[in-house]
Amino acid sequence: MADVVSLLAEHGDDAKPLAGGQSLVPMLAMRLTRFEHIVDLNRVGELFGVTADNGAVRIAAMTRQAAVETDATVAHRVPLLHLATPHIGHFQIRNRGTIGGSVAHADPASEYPAVMLALDGTAEIASASGTREVPAAEFFESTFMTAVAPDELLVALRFSAWDQQAGFAFDEIARRSGDFALAGAAVGIGTDAAGRINRAAVGMLGVGPTPLRASSVEAALMGLAAADADPHEIGRLAADDMDPIGDVHASADYRRRAGSTLVGRVLAGALAQLTQEAHNG
Amino acid sequence: MADQISLSMTVNGRTRRGAAEPRLTLADFLREQALCTGVHLGCEHGVCGSCTVLMDGEAVRSCLLFAVQADGAHITTVEGLAPDDETLHPVQEAFRDCHGLQCGFCTPGFVVSVAAFLEANPDPSDDEIRHGIAGNLCRCTGYQGIVAATRQAAAVLKGEGQ
Repeated sequence: MADVVSLLAEHGDDAKPLAGGQSLVPMLAMRLTRFEHIVDLNRVGELFGVTADNGAVRIAAMTRQAAVETDATVAHRVPLLHLATPHIGHFQIRNRGTIGGSVAHADPASEYPAVMLALDGTAEIASASGTREVPAAEFFESTFMTAVAPDELLVALRFSAWDQQAGFAFDEIARRSGDFALAGAAVGIGTDAAGRINRAAVGMLGVGPTPLRASSVEAALMGLAAADADPHEIGRLAADDMDPIGDVHASADYRRRAGSTLVGRVLAGALAQLTQEAHNG
Repeated sequence: MADQISLSMTVNGRTRRGAAEPRLTLADFLREQALCTGVHLGCEHGVCGSCTVLMDGEAVRSCLLFAVQADGAHITTVEGLAPDDETLHPVQEAFRDCHGLQCGFCTPGFVVSVAAFLEANPDPSDDEIRHGIAGNLCRCTGYQGIVAATRQAAAVLKGEGQ
């Protein structure tokens, strides 16, 4: 990895790290972008793998989406990532695509950025001068733009496991299975011992220039008894948290309406899972 | 022109040595140097699935990999699925039986994808089959025959006969 960051330091803007290549290579093929140097990360062993420490799960950037999908630690400690993964592309894409590549590419319609934002994940970023950590809230700057500078490399993502009773759900609306989502939602709801909501995480994709959090929805959920929350009513508030654009696939208005209905549905899924978990004890 | 990098990979059981510019895709290497013209290039940006091959046993888009990245890898193309020239793989047999192809352009990608899919999920439901083939596009036959072929191949591979 020292070699990678020194190459990035040497070439700056002229170099681009290549992760799974499932977004970068199509962009190169279509001549949407070009670089003098491509730095292939696929043989950098340190950039692969999932480790758990002190209640946190660290997923190295080159961990393939297919590996995230089947990893027992991820399924147990960061269930939202596990639930989101099958929605990424197709299995052939997930065999190569990586979690770090997806997050660093920062397509506003992709799944992992929304999950990272919802869960307050942290990005570990390295350069020739050292390593720094950036919280998800400061990571996504605009469409395809992140806090990672040209001479830096996204090395890993870190997620803290939730230590309370919690329910998680993920879903998205797409024209066809595997297509980029028109809108999507990633939801985590945590409760205290009395069953009151004390953590609400609602991430949205496809409805703004970056992944977004549905802050109005989160605020409305906090302090409610989970059993009394009306997910569909509260989900509608998400329309105010969106900043969608219209394109050939769907108008901005459609994205806002379908997206907020979806937030309600996914919220209902998370609450149902929470009730079931509480019941199972 | 950039430097040629020498590389070596196993393609359908045989070692292939060659040299490639870093920008050459694996798909182009397989077609032009390994002469595996069953690797079809439809969209060349990862959407259509026609160029699907197995790399170290996993289905991948060969148009989204550079040949140099496959140095040392084991590649299986559609030509390498069946044990010999006289035999078809059960997935190929099933595509023929069930009218799973018409013009045949997308077929190699489908066959390789379905073979990998059934390896991971030997007993899929129809819904799972439809998800399994969602990463490959067919623009003439339609998908009914392909779903039926996948169902038949699953049964044959499980040893349930035809």
